Amino acid sequence: MTTRLKPDNADQVVDAVKWAASEGVPLELVGGGSMRTLGRPLQTEHVLDISGLSGVLLYEPEELVVSALPGTPIAELEAVLAEKGQHLAFEPPDLSALLGAADAPGGNRRGTLGGVVACNLAGPRRIHAGAVRDHVLGLSGVSGRGDAYKTGGRVFKNVTGYDLSKLMTGSYGTLSALTQITVKALPRPETVRTLLLHGLGDADGIAALTAALQTPYEVSGAAHLPAAAARRSAVPDVSGAGGAVTAIRLEGIAASVFYRLEHLPARLGPAAANGVTELGFPASDRFWREVRDVASLIPADTLVWRLSVPPAAGPAVVAALDDLDPAGSLFDWGGGLVWLALAPGAKEDGGAAAIRAAVKSTAGEGHATLIRAPGSLRAGVPVFQPQPPELAALTGRIKQSFDPQRALNPGRLYADI
Amino acid sequence: MKMPEADKRVLARRSEIVAALRAIVPGEGVIDREDELRAYESDGLSAYRILPMIVVLPSTTDQVSRVLRYCHENGIKVVPRGAGTSLSGGALPLGDGVLLGLGKFNRIIEIDYDNRAVRAQPGVTNLGITNAVQHRGFYYAPDPSSQIACTIGGNVAENSGGVHCLKYGLTTNNVLGLEMVLVSGEVIRLGGKALDDAGFDLVGLMNGSEGLLGVVTEVTVRILPKPETARAMLIGFPTNEDAGACVARIMAAGIIPGGLEMMDRPAIHAAEDFVHAGYPLDVEALLIAELDGPEAEVDHLIERVGTIARDCNAMSIRVSESDEERLRFWAGRKAAFPATGRIAPDYYCMDGTIPRKKLSEVLHRIGEMSAHYGLKVANVFHAGDGNLHPLILYDANKPGDLDTAEEFGAEILKLCVEVGGVLTGEHGVGVEKRDLMEVQFEEVDLDQQQRVKCAFDPESLLNPGKMFPKLHRCAEMGRMHVHRGQLPFPDIPRF
Ligand SMILES: Cc1cc2nc3c(=O)[nH]c(=O)nc-3n(C[C@H](O)[C@H](O)[C@H](O)COP(=O)(O)OP(=O)(O)OC[C@H]3O[C@@H](n4cnc5c(N)ncnc54)[C@H](O)[C@@H]3O)c2cc1C
Repeated sequence: MTTRLKPDNADQVVDAVKWAASEGVPLELVGGGSMRTLGRPLQTEHVLDISGLSGVLLYEPEELVVSALPGTPIAELEAVLAEKGQHLAFEPPDLSALLGAADAPGGNRRGTLGGVVACNLAGPRRIHAGAVRDHVLGLSGVSGRGDAYKTGGRVFKNVTGYDLSKLMTGSYGTLSALTQITVKALPRPETVRTLLLHGLGDADGIAALTAALQTPYEVSGAAHLPAAAARRSAVPDVSGAGGAVTAIRLEGIAASVFYRLEHLPARLGPAAANGVTELGFPASDRFWREVRDVASLIPADTLVWRLSVPPAAGPAVVAALDDLDPAGSLFDWGGGLVWLALAPGAKEDGGAAAIRAAVKSTAGEGHATLIRAPGSLRAGVPVFQPQPPELAALTGRIKQSFDPQRALNPGRLYADI
Repeated sequence: MKMPEADKRVLARRSEIVAALRAIVPGEGVIDREDELRAYESDGLSAYRILPMIVVLPSTTDQVSRVLRYCHENGIKVVPRGAGTSLSGGALPLGDGVLLGLGKFNRIIEIDYDNRAVRAQPGVTNLGITNAVQHRGFYYAPDPSSQIACTIGGNVAENSGGVHCLKYGLTTNNVLGLEMVLVSGEVIRLGGKALDDAGFDLVGLMNGSEGLLGVVTEVTVRILPKPETARAMLIGFPTNEDAGACVARIMAAGIIPGGLEMMDRPAIHAAEDFVHAGYPLDVEALLIAELDGPEAEVDHLIERVGTIARDCNAMSIRVSESDEERLRFWAGRKAAFPATGRIAPDYYCMDGTIPRKKLSEVLHRIGEMSAHYGLKVANVFHAGDGNLHPLILYDANKPGDLDTAEEFGAEILKLCVEVGGVLTGEHGVGVEKRDLMEVQFEEVDLDQQQRVKCAFDPESLLNPGKMFPKLHRCAEMGRMHVHRGQLPFPDIPRF
């Protein structure tokens, strides 16, 4: 029988993990449930539901710091910060629609702070403000051994001991159940504008973004939507343009944004020769939310891959995958983040081998993650980039150091982790 | 400071070890003469000195790998070293250990403007990276005051900061990839020019790991386009409280300056005497605020910061009118340590971080401690991010003075933790703060950290005696007491 344990506090998390470790009954960690299908499918019978540990514990706007329980819904946290003109600068995405969790019973769409940290998911502003891992200042967790420990702190500068916060961020709950998380609360930009270039091919679009990112104009969003993706946008200036759209976001104080808006086009090379258009507020926010959340810009019912590559190499990687006949694609992070949709069943392995080979041969480095696919496929092919043997062995020893009984999300990241 | 007991069996084999290392690193790459070893006996924490058994200066990753494998197989301790500017004794040698110097790894391997990244060997200096890219308008943001000398490998090991880290992040936020060699000799590549990596964030873990987890043999950093303009403001205040309040108000107004530094009266005077930066001498506290970006933005922010400062009782405000003047404003701050070195025979630099709002309370209590211990203090402060550098003035030639300074320093760091801060913001734990770790961490916290260490270095051969107050055997640490049949938590709600 499946037991769903829903602790109210960290002590109960300790009890639950100790029980799981001692009985050899591994736990699936669940926060809001919005990202349950992200990763390899779990074989666990029991669920540790963290959503009961919810709420903001400390918020000091002038110190730029907020500390909350892991089950705190992102939407709730963002609302609290917005009241003081602050936000989570890494722009956490809402992947519930992409992952088909939007209508999950009892789930919360935006996900929870714990989930966002566990998956290290950052949005378009990652190129400027950093990833989730750059914003976590400290945390408390319960290791798979059942030990409640803390790491980091609440201050911006801290090198006291190993930075285990980084290790937890993006570990997909395979090392510890987090019980408290402290992150940076940064000022929200007062003005936002987006420059649009139209009708560029992938290579020219990314070349324009590269040029923009080489200026000192602090570009905080750099995305390229091939024509098919642009058509799907709900922002009329984007969908109605009838071709590919390359977008550059500028944020900050008004005087600065308008200055940069005026001077940037001249620095974009031939790409801007056909003229640029501009998205104001709130269209700008709507557009970047679409890029952030991906789902609406690619066809439904497809397999979705997320490729992380050196930004300038993005278009070449996608071009090398022409044979797979992708059903959709989208470039964020100046080309460094590629979302690729494939028709289900196009390839037995979901395109895994071809995609990873293209990343390696074209970009030389980078990795590919199978984000959306039926459980059977996610069980059959490596969801996350396979590691070379020495690194895989080290990863295994790190898992062992936190969770020797494999009590927490076993197999979610790699089969034996 | 107690260091791990020297292994007599290793010392007895010294000449055999030298020969074996010479077979790996030929020529002058292995140093065993005492007069030459002397140069390596300490780092920037010069009160501690230990003559290393042997110094090895490899120049390829393969050599590092073979040296480490040999040492691992033979139970020989290894201490990595960059430029030796660590202020926490991180690169302090061991008498029965090999000191592995990375100085010959001094090449920039690749500059990739399209991906805004530089791949460099670990011995390249911090400033060397900026120097290599500035003709194209780029720079490497973290800028420790030691940037002419310190290496990028050392920066990674210490997760170093600088005056521009408030806005642009610490080393860890600017490193994209690493190549490192484990003590077993295995070579591991992590990340690269892509913005994230698959699997556990080991790049993040390596930053600030103080040479205890692996030897870094290549670093990929991101470089940034230089802001169009930067101007600095010198703002003088009648009290530390006023300056502290001003910092809080600036941040609360949503302004993140490129740099926001504070100095107290003794530090101002020492710096002014040394570099003649034009600091006001009639103030109790001085803020240096740098605003950068497009001119329109900088002008606007200077005005806003000026208004806030006047509201906080600022006595004087000066805005740099040229880049030379801006650099002069900074020169005083960047030379604050050596400047302090001129007003006393010795100084001891502390490095705690506190929540900003505790600033005046902490400075006040440091003042009281100063009276109690009879030693003067000058304070420089990365005010924007709460990182405090009290410089305790003492005289090493006076019997007992160093001990008093250390005791005083420990009290300051305990105070930092007490008010919600941490022992070290950027200089690292090393040997210096090792025995204070229990002030900030519970045993269970440190045990988990040591288990991570065990995953990398099960025999604890890499830089032992640093960071951890107690060394446990990995076998002991790994054991888990499993109580089967434990009653499953009667009070957790379940469904
Ligand atoms: C005057 C002065 C001013 C300073 N100002 C600042 C400042 O503003 N901000 C700041 O953060 N620090 C500052 N420091 C401290 C110091 O410069 C930094 O910690 C620096 O990063 C050390 O670099 P290094 O190359 O000298 O390393 P070292 O001192 O040689 O070593 C430091 C640590 O790194 C390890 N290490 C070195 N290279 C490697 C490698 N390749 N692989 C693995 N481990 C390695 C060593 O084992 C040791 O634990 C200052 C120091 C001085 C003397």
